[in-house]
Amino acid sequence: MESIFFIVVAAVAVLSSILVVTCKNPINSALSLVMTFFCLATFYVMLDAPFMAAIQVIVYAGAIMVLIIFVIMLLNVKTESGKRGSHAVLAGTVIGLFVLFQTCWFLMKGTLTGATGTMDKAQIISYGHVELVGKALFTDFLLPFEITSLLLLAAIVGAVILAKKKI
Amino acid sequence: MFDLVWLIPLCPLIGSVINGLFGKKIKNEAVIGGIAAGSVFCSFIVACGCLMQLLSLPGEERHFEKTIFTWIQSGSFKADIGFLLDPLSCIMLMVVTGIGFLIHLYSIGYMHGEEGFYRYFSYLNLFTFSMLILVSGNNLLLMFVGWEGVGLCSYLLIGYYFHKKSAGDAGKKAFVMNRVGDFGFLLGLFILFWYLGGTHNVWTVNFRELAANADLLVPGAVVTAVGLCFFVGAMGKSAQIPLYTWLPDAMEGPTPVSALIHAATMVTAGVYMIARMNFIYIKSPTALLVIACVGAATALFAATIGTAQNDIKRVLAYSTVSQLGYMFLAMGVGAFGAGVFHLMTHAFFKACLFLGSGSVIHAMHHALHHEHSDADPQDMRNMGGLRKKMPVTFVTFLLATIAIAGIPGFAGFFSKDEILWQAFANPHHHGANTLLWAAGAVAAGLTAFYMFRLVFMTFFGKTRLSDKAMHHLHESPWVITLPLVVLAILSVLGGWIGVPKVLGDALGGLPNHFEHYLEPVFAYSNAYMAKSGAHGVHNIALEWGLMGVSVLIACGGIALAWALYIVNPGFPAKFVATFPVLHRAVYNKWYVDEIYDFMIVNPCKSFSNFLWKGFDVVVVDGVVNGVAAVVRGSSGIFRHVQTGMVHNYAFSMALGVVVIVGVFLFR
Amino acid sequence: MLALHNYLILSAILFSIGTIGVLVRRNAIVIFMCVEMMLNAVNLTFIAFSRHLGNIDGQVFVFFVMTVAAAEAAVGLALMIAFYKNRESVDVEDINMMKL
Repeated sequence: MESIFFIVVAAVAVLSSILVVTCKNPINSALSLVMTFFCLATFYVMLDAPFMAAIQVIVYAGAIMVLIIFVIMLLNVKTESGKRGSHAVLAGTVIGLFVLFQTCWFLMKGTLTGATGTMDKAQIISYGHVELVGKALFTDFLLPFEITSLLLLAAIVGAVILAKKKI
Repeated sequence: MFDLVWLIPLCPLIGSVINGLFGKKIKNEAVIGGIAAGSVFCSFIVACGCLMQLLSLPGEERHFEKTIFTWIQSGSFKADIGFLLDPLSCIMLMVVTGIGFLIHLYSIGYMHGEEGFYRYFSYLNLFTFSMLILVSGNNLLLMFVGWEGVGLCSYLLIGYYFHKKSAGDAGKKAFVMNRVGDFGFLLGLFILFWYLGGTHNVWTVNFRELAANADLLVPGAVVTAVGLCFFVGAMGKSAQIPLYTWLPDAMEGPTPVSALIHAATMVTAGVYMIARMNFIYIKSPTALLVIACVGAATALFAATIGTAQNDIKRVLAYSTVSQLGYMFLAMGVGAFGAGVFHLMTHAFFKACLFLGSGSVIHAMHHALHHEHSDADPQDMRNMGGLRKKMPVTFVTFLLATIAIAGIPGFAGFFSKDEILWQAFANPHHHGANTLLWAAGAVAAGLTAFYMFRLVFMTFFGKTRLSDKAMHHLHESPWVITLPLVVLAILSVLGGWIGVPKVLGDALGGLPNHFEHYLEPVFAYSNAYMAKSGAHGVHNIALEWGLMGVSVLIACGGIALAWALYIVNPGFPAKFVATFPVLHRAVYNKWYVDEIYDFMIVNPCKSFSNFLWKGFDVVVVDGVVNGVAAVVRGSSGIFRHVQTGMVHNYAFSMALGVVVIVGVFLFR
Repeated sequence: MLALHNYLILSAILFSIGTIGVLVRRNAIVIFMCVEMMLNAVNLTFIAFSRHLGNIDGQVFVFFVMTVAAAEAAVGLALMIAFYKNRESVDVEDINMMKL
């Protein structure tokens, strides 16, 4: 049961990502990307990380994609016309396939080296996923958390400055 | 006064530095000349003081060594900056500073109005400094420093009129030939040091230590090699065959320079060096024979060339070469004291002759200038009858010429005669003695002949100058004539301190002061010869007889000159017409310069041309330019990587990732 | 729970599709979207590993990746707007002055 579900959702994800790459109209690409994000959120739920799924939908599909669509509409980006340089498509595809090939090879040959923890499904259900993530975030990963806030500040300032007509 | 010995070289050095650095700003000629002459005078005073203090000591203790500081200390090799005062160096110091001072004084008058006045005096003081280092240094290396220094200053001063190409060429020629000699000097130094150190573990170049260890020098190939190598150095510096051709060309320099450097001091450095190293030479009869033969040959050869020259300075130059040959002849027969004595008397009369000729040239130049003529003021064929207009110059010149001709009573007679007698009577070369004496005697006759030829052509007879020029000819100022007078007096009286024994006994017990004074320096050699049991000739009647012969030869030369240039002035021209080839050969210095050009100079030049065009341009420049060309070419190819298009860069990044990961994957 | 390698292979496929998109497309905004897709593929890998190893660290890292991606989106799009104002186009072939 689970595997059938997995294969269906995976197929949808791959299909929509191919649509992202191949659509001429950028709006179509954006919408396909939203579809991909939703599929990924499903996968997160399947992996017992509901909080992550929620975050994915809210931040990625909700905020980032909306921003992108705003920009596309603001700049009135037309349908892409004309071809790339003659061998660009071929070269790009070849490189991409190489990347796939190499990654799969790694997966087959490699061994797991990550540190094993004690979290399991029962714990996630009993404590609640949010609490678990929060506990790790505010104790072990406090410093990156604080630095990320600075990063966001820099991004805000940067975005404002870059897009203004006059400083 | 001994402790102040370091002042002797220091004063001229300070004078040279002051004149060199600030001379251009001090425009006043009197100040520049005063600084220069004054510094040499200070050295002279100190040298006098040292000599007097030396004379107050008894014979065996007449040596004083003062080390200023250790210059090089490397393993067993040690050389310091130090000064050695013994009879030989004191007499050389007196000659150099005394005659140097007179010539500095003379130059103030002679170089008046010259553009590079301060430069001249700076170089002249530098020369005096180097020469003083040479004669007072206490080790071979320091002597070599002075040796090189005088060579350098000779080059600077010969090429003083550097706007003239001939002057520059002459300077270069002098320097290069000196260098060839210096190579010999260094070789001798190295062989001596290595031999004494390697075989006997005595590592030194200090003169007194070398002399103390002289017993370790066994007669043999090594000692002969050392002696000959040092003699090569002397050949270059003192203008013996085959390295003499630079001296006549060196007359391109100002006349006082010719007087100081090429008559009285620098060229005598070789003689001094051999006198210093007498304990080496006494052990090698072969080296002594070579020296004697070269000296005699040079004396004769140069005298023949001097008979046909027309330039007044050239005659004196060849005369110098010839007299140096005499000095080496003396050294070569073991009469070291006689050689040094002749060095001293020669310094007096040759300096007087050169300065006198300078006075004549100065006056001629002035006279011809008024006439707007381009005639050469140095050519004797333009002179004649000058004795009435320039009396002081004439008298001093005549006195010096009588001295050089070897007329009894004057300085040259005692020294030259002693050399001729020693050449005949020495215990070293029994087979060659007569030949050496004969060469010396013939050369003496020729000397008398061409010197008096010079006097008669210049001062006597009907003048060949125009009346207008003659009217403007006058005696030189006191700065020029005073040194002439002093030197003429010395030429007359200077010989009496070295009267030979036979003559001295005949004249009522006059001792040979000079020989006695120099005894401590040559004591080792004299003792060695006495021990070896070789006998010289000791026939007093023979000695008187040979003395008479040499006086006769001298008088004969003078008489011949009288006959040819006063009584029958047309005869020389007829003689030349009868023997044109001989005259041409002698006039052209026996074509020696041309032979050298052909054999040595031109091959050297073509070889260096080949090295330049074939090697330096093709290989060295090719490599350097080739590297640049390769860099340029390859950068021309690589610049295509930067296209400026962003997606190209993205593509390269992706490609790079794939490649690197691939490398790790498949390793 | 499904085996780990399923998720990993899926993630690899999504990543390579994203790479192809970056290298093939001309529109700058579409390229940006493909980059986002690559980031998401990586996020999937992290969460799969985190679940498999029983460690919460992977999910915390995903959290940070999302945050950074958001910041990046903001700045990147602002950059594209600035570029559009200059050149009147977002075609990546028009960004061709980046050489010395």
